[in-house]
This record gives sequence, structure tokens and C-alpha cells, in this order.
Amino acid sequence: MSGPSSEPCSIRVILPYHLRTLAKTGEEVVLAVSSPVTVRAVLDALEVRYPMLCGTIREHGTHQRRPFLRFFACEEDWSHESPDAPLPETVTAGTEPLLIIGAIAGGAGY
Amino acid sequence: MSKVRVLVGTHKGAFILSSDGKRKQWEVNGPLFAGWELYHLKGSPVDPNRLYASQTSGWFGQTIQRSDDGGANWTPAGNKFTYEGVTGTHQWYDGTPHPWEFKRVWHLEPSLTDPDVVYAGVEDAALFRSTDAGATWEELAGLRCHGTGSHWQPGAGGMGLHTIILDPSNPQRIYIAISAAGAFRTDDGGKSWKPINKGLVSPFMPNPTAEVGHCVHHVAIHPSRPDVLFMQKHWDVMRSDNAGESWQEVSGNLPTDFGFAIDVHAHEPETLYVVPIKSDSEHFPLEGKLRVYRSRAGGNEWEPLTNGLPQENCYVNVLRDAMSVDSLDECGIYFGTTGGQVYASPDAGDTWAPIVRHLPAVLSVEVQTLP
Repeated sequence: MSGPSSEPCSIRVILPYHLRTLAKTGEEVVLAVSSPVTVRAVLDALEVRYPMLCGTIREHGTHQRRPFLRFFACEEDWSHESPDAPLPETVTAGTEPLLIIGAIAGGAGY
Repeated sequence: MSKVRVLVGTHKGAFILSSDGKRKQWEVNGPLFAGWELYHLKGSPVDPNRLYASQTSGWFGQTIQRSDDGGANWTPAGNKFTYEGVTGTHQWYDGTPHPWEFKRVWHLEPSLTDPDVVYAGVEDAALFRSTDAGATWEELAGLRCHGTGSHWQPGAGGMGLHTIILDPSNPQRIYIAISAAGAFRTDDGGKSWKPINKGLVSPFMPNPTAEVGHCVHHVAIHPSRPDVLFMQKHWDVMRSDNAGESWQEVSGNLPTDFGFAIDVHAHEPETLYVVPIKSDSEHFPLEGKLRVYRSRAGGNEWEPLTNGLPQENCYVNVLRDAMSVDSLDECGIYFGTTGGQVYASPDAGDTWAPIVRHLPAVLSVEVQTLP
């Protein structure tokens, strides 16, 4: 696990399609995030870079994850982990991305 | 020559339909915001190139979009809708208290005088206002917190504030309507509100003539007579001649008085349009015939308008915000269906033709008449 460092890490984040179009960006964005690198720190940095994403991944105010979104890293579901839990070193090192994924929900669409 | 621009919100994006004053040939642009629900788009009466759009998603929540060039380019605006003060509760479907929760913006109403001022009607029912072109939003909490708020209850589609009418003759007066709380009016710019539901009768309610609880579907006015209101209620078409102080039924000879949309001719304040729907259990036209009904007498006497509309096997719905009129010399009438058609009549309803036939389900239609 990475300890505190003055050098920010380059964190790769994969966005779902509709947030890419909203933010007018590509599938993957790279964010400078200071240690400790957590879901909260990554989302803070993401929302600073792309303010139009505020409220679309986590609620305004409470910062609770929106119910139909999930966070994955290193093939594990981080959605129910504390947002302050340090992410795996491979994410911190930029080897693996943090994935923000919309729940698969077909069914009732028009 | 004048032009018209039709702003169409659908379940899967927005479309902009443009034509000259003849309204025969149409250019279709879209989908904008493809894959998102566009509950409503509307242009500023002061600056027609300033458009606002409500973009929502079950996954990603609410976004407001703004255009300053008539819809060619869009910029996300503010999407933080926070209820003022102690949120409190309204009634849930089973009558138990339920906390107010923001879900989406149903309707955007730009100011009549300032393109940077816009009102938003939201679910759970509340009215918000932005004075900075949608960047930030402030609740006009006097509506939700007035005495009856804790008794409001959602309709089947949610507890949405879907109608906002700004009185062109009195900037302090605003009318709004909520499903299923009823209609309300402020005379002090939104600080205080009163229910205006006297004369409405809703047999499904424990007290059919209660002060609040009526499922008002839509309200329309003519700008020259803002004290005269026309309402399509869950059942019943209603009229008020005193700014909502009292209502009279004007369903008259309609084949069914259930429906959602209602609008008024741009130049004839006593000419109204509704689209009768079979019932609250069967949301489609009677007998599979899509008919707009027009009254030239302010209600009670209605004539079916069918020329160019499907008269067999048509089982679409026309939702509350999906009808609009232009203000060209010969008034144009427009409506969209849940089957994805947008119909236009360039002659006040005498003849109709589809502009488009295969859009996603249409949620809203607004028309801009451009120089």
C-alpha cells in the first residue's frame, strides 16, 4: 500500500458512455490524485476537472454513490467499501484503472 | 418570412424540428443527448436562441443543459436542486409520511423578461428558480411549505410539478400545478401560495371536493387574458374566469373527458384544444382513432379534428407537455405521441400531417416562432 506522498499519482478512470458524452471526453481520463488514493479522492479530482459530473456519480451533499452505479478495480467490486479505503497499488501505480460502471438494466426501457 | 422551431423531448433524446412559415417542409436535427430522457426543453421568450433542457437518467440523475445559439451547441448548467430548510414529509401512496426526495425536473419555464431567469418544476413537487441562466437553483419554498404540503400525495407517475404559468400582465403572479396535489397560485412572486382548486371534483378522493389532492394534468392560458385558465384534469376539462378562484366544468360533448394535454389558440382566446384519452385505465384514444378536439366557444361545444390523423388502430398517448402552438398569422398546432410521431397543423387544426413518425416516445413539445 502506498504511503503518504507529496507527489500526486496519475490515476486512470474509465467512465461509462453517457458520462463521457456529458463531460465531452474519452473513455479513459487520467487524474492527478494525492495519496492516499481512495474512491473519494478520485471522485473529488474527477469532479474538479469535470464539474458537470457533480451529482451524476454520487449525490450532491451526501456524496452517496448513486444506486445504479458501481466502482470496480482489479476485478473486484469496490462499491460497498468505504470511500476512504485506499485503492489497490496497481491503481495507484496507474497499471489498472478505476472503473465506474452503470448497472446493467434492460427490461423496462421504451 | 417567419420560421418555427419545434423542441421535442423524448425518452431517448431531444430533437429540433425547423421549418419556414409554410410549415410543409421540415428539417430534423437530433437526437441530442442521445439515450437520455429529455423531459422538457423550452426557449426564452426574450432571447429565442437561449434554450433550456431537462436531461435525466435513472443512472446518472439530473442535468440541465443550456444553449445560447438556438440548440446548435449546449453547455451543462447547474444540477444541484436542494430543498430549503427542514425537508419534511408528504404522503406516500399508502398514506404514510414520506420524506421529500428530489428525482427530476419535469418542466422548465424561462422568464418572460430576463433570459437568465428560469423556473424549474421538479419531482418531488417543488418550484425552483435560477437567476444565473441555470448555474444555481434556489427553491421557492413557500409553495412546498405552505400548510397543505404534508398532505400532498404522488399520482401514478410521481409527484411532479409539471405546469408553470407566468402571468404576462403581473410579474408577481405565477400559477403552478402538481400531480396529485392540484393547482396553486402566488401573487407575491413566489413567497406565499394558495390552493386554487374550488370547483374541482375528484370522486376517487375521500373528500371529492377537498382543498388539495386533485390530479391536475395540465393548465393553459391565453396571454391576453391571464385570468382565464383552462385545465385538463385527470377526468374533466375545466375553466376558471377568475384566476383560479373557482372552476366550472366545460367537458360538454367530449366523447371522454380524460386526457393530459390542453392548449389555447395563439390569436383566439376562446379556442381550445384537447386530446381525449379513453380512460385512466386505458391511456389511448377511443376506438383507436386519434382525434384532437377543438372548442371555439371556450369549452362545452367541441368538434373532432381528424383530417390527416390516423383513424384506425392508433393506440398512442399524448402527454401533458406534448402540445404547443405557434403564433404565426394562421396559428399552428403541434403535438407529439408516445408512439414517436409529431403532428403539425398549419391551419389551426383543420388539417394535420406528421413531421416525424418514428421518434422515441415523445414527452414534450414546445414551439418557438422566430422572425
